[in-house]
Amino acid sequence: MHKEFLMGNEAIAIGALAAGVNYVAGYPGTPSTEVLETVAKRNPGSVYVEWSVNEKAAMEAAAGAAYAGARALVTMKQVGLNVAADPLMSLEYIGIKGGMVIMVADDPGPISSQTEQDTRTFAMFSKVPLFDPSTVEEAFSMMKEAFAFSEEWGTPVFFRSTTRVDHGYESIEIPDEPEYEKHEPEGFVKDASRFVIFPKLSVKNHALIEKRNAQLSKTLSEYPRNFILPAKGRWQAKGKAAQDGCGSGNRRAIATHGINYTYVLDAFDEASRPEILRVAVPFPFPEDLAAAFLQDKDEVLCVEELDPVIERALIHVCGKYGLQVRIRGKLTGDIAPSGENSTDSVAAALAAFFEDASLKPSACGLSDAPPLPVRPPVLCAGCPHRASFYAVKQAMKGQKTLFAGDIGCYTLGNAQPLEMCDTCLCMGAGINIAQGIWRVEPDTKCFAFVGDSTFFASGITGVVNAFYNQAQLTLIVLDNSTTAMTGHQPHPGTGRTVMGQVVEKVSIEAVLLAIGLPFVETVDPLDLEHAIDTVRRAQEVDGVKAIIFRSPCITIEKSRRKAAVDPEQCTGCRKCIRSLGCPALVLDGKKAGIRASMCTGCMLCAQVCPAGAIREG
Amino acid sequence: MQEEKNKQQVNIVLCGVGGQGTILASRLIADAAMQKGIHVRSAETIGMAQRGGSVFTNLRLGEDVPTPRIGLGKADLMIAFEPAEAVRMLPYLKEEAQAVVSMEPIMPVSAMVGASSYPVDEILAYLKEHVKHLTLVDSARAAADLGSAKCLNVVLLGAAVRSKALGLTEEDIGKALEARLPEKLLGLNRKALMYTASE
Ligand code: SF4
Ligand code: SF4
Repeated sequence: MHKEFLMGNEAIAIGALAAGVNYVAGYPGTPSTEVLETVAKRNPGSVYVEWSVNEKAAMEAAAGAAYAGARALVTMKQVGLNVAADPLMSLEYIGIKGGMVIMVADDPGPISSQTEQDTRTFAMFSKVPLFDPSTVEEAFSMMKEAFAFSEEWGTPVFFRSTTRVDHGYESIEIPDEPEYEKHEPEGFVKDASRFVIFPKLSVKNHALIEKRNAQLSKTLSEYPRNFILPAKGRWQAKGKAAQDGCGSGNRRAIATHGINYTYVLDAFDEASRPEILRVAVPFPFPEDLAAAFLQDKDEVLCVEELDPVIERALIHVCGKYGLQVRIRGKLTGDIAPSGENSTDSVAAALAAFFEDASLKPSACGLSDAPPLPVRPPVLCAGCPHRASFYAVKQAMKGQKTLFAGDIGCYTLGNAQPLEMCDTCLCMGAGINIAQGIWRVEPDTKCFAFVGDSTFFASGITGVVNAFYNQAQLTLIVLDNSTTAMTGHQPHPGTGRTVMGQVVEKVSIEAVLLAIGLPFVETVDPLDLEHAIDTVRRAQEVDGVKAIIFRSPCITIEKSRRKAAVDPEQCTGCRKCIRSLGCPALVLDGKKAGIRASMCTGCMLCAQVCPAGAIREG
Repeated sequence: MQEEKNKQQVNIVLCGVGGQGTILASRLIADAAMQKGIHVRSAETIGMAQRGGSVFTNLRLGEDVPTPRIGLGKADLMIAFEPAEAVRMLPYLKEEAQAVVSMEPIMPVSAMVGASSYPVDEILAYLKEHVKHLTLVDSARAAADLGSAKCLNVVLLGAAVRSKALGLTEEDIGKALEARLPEKLLGLNRKALMYTASE
């Protein structure tokens, strides 16, 4: 054992390694990405790791490995689970042989996502048991338990965490490599009555799943991480004595989960706190434990993030056992129905619930502060996407256009001054959204922008659909040879794998030509004139046209070049600043200036400057 | 006394603009604290905001800290890499907190294209007026004197150590630097650590 300062996601990965995981697959997505990366980095050599092409592929590959008796881990963010939902729903009916843990990172807020969906709700829907840790340390320990549980009950299990656990850090004890468990997969044993899903099998297995989950609800009432933390100090004596100094005569307690449990603890001092039900496995819900907890209560506040899962479960338990307890939380307006909780929002809710002003967070405001600049994220200085967007914008100036965006760094093309992203829905959606809009509005020149990784993840089917259904649109593939937004993971087009192998690249051009597109050209977007010309020429062709703008992400392909403004020649027109929005371009008095520490010398601004004032410097 | 000190909690807020090196600074503090056997928890911004957005780290040193996040009015120390970001985080400071703030503003693109404003002088004046224990660091001058803008994080860290609010010494951070940085960067960073001491 040794101590390390670890990110939650690193702890989750090490937990899986310590549990003897054999097979790990996933698709990058904030806040889940570091789990798979850590497995790859700390691989003792015996673990197979892959970045799959998307979450569905990852889920299926891991299921196959688990059929063959391997311990398998799949990682993804919450919206990735939507992509993997199809295999998952059926997989629960089939079950697995080796342990299989589906690690899903939820993103309350949302901070880096499209939705605030709650994987706990997905667990109920798919009937898959779910583990929900509160701290980095717990995330590590719980992973091992999740694998053991999965193997014991022959079902995949969810391991869901949220951003503040995934990206929290803590100094924790972890085992050294020789202490990791070893697991030898038995291999796949043919059995069509078990592994081939037919209605007959589904009928039988559905009944078994419901029976098992009812049993699990009982078993999980005994699981030590589902627990009741007794009241302490002035909150201790239940009933009337507890009320000295805390409002009316009700017997009140808290039910909570995940990171929210730590916010609740933080609101009270060590020596004195109310009773707390902490739910680490909300599905199947530990009913017996909850019933025991509710027995002597009048009111319970459910402190939850995302969906009111525990709240609904407690209401159910009250109804089922005829308990007279008022369950409060999101459904009663005591906790915000959406958004991320914080120590402060939780403290405020606790103060109101217990009618105890001493619990309130401090109320320092900024009302008298000068206006603070808004600072939305932007494309990096020198990002080739900026050039691509600018080229399309210039080429199509004055025409009726639609720019469908997609998921990746290039979503940031929506910001001023580029404003080149009219829609963004989910991975790969842009192509068919452009198709739909064009059908309704045939006089609009429709464009779909898609990144290289997104193209492989779920763009290809969209192109086939648009081509087959005879749409008129221009596909722009922004190929920067990496998955930039999530921290530069390799993908099928990069010719590298996460295990470090050099493999055959999948060619985007060859894929598009094989589909049959009439126009497929590749250009360097930083060659502005050529880029603009290519966009214009594509408009002369009928059907689905494709332009691949290829230039590497500047955060991986570091550049030493710099641009500089000649103040003698700069007329102060600010065209570079106003049209590009490169963060390295600043106003220096009345003239443009370039922040040398940021500039990558992409020379896009030099091609935009009407006075020729920008040169390599 | 020493034991009692170890039991004390230190809550630190680091803030700045994505890409400025707040993460390395928090890592160095965590390393230094851990070497002394102090328990560390932290929370930080990872994701889209790292592309030039507002970023922060909460760092909590000490036993019995249940959560990595710091509530309003609970921070003992702020290390701000940018003045407007410092103002944004002020509500998290205790009245007696120490604040180490880089004076150099980073203009967001939104201000450059006229979509928002950045009244730099007003913001600096506001900080001076509202922060009791304020150390302003002239980072432009530090970068010129040190010949590199890359070690702003360590310059600020040095000032934070000398504010005494961190509960760690220059040697503690020095050791953390040795463990984390390659040999060839050590000299520069040691100088950066001591930069504000010589003022
Ligand atoms: S060359 Fe111009 S556009 Fe490119 S990074 Fe430098 S300042 Fe920005
Ligand atoms: S990380 Fe790469 S792709 Fe993303 S904004 Fe920066 S340069 Fe562009």
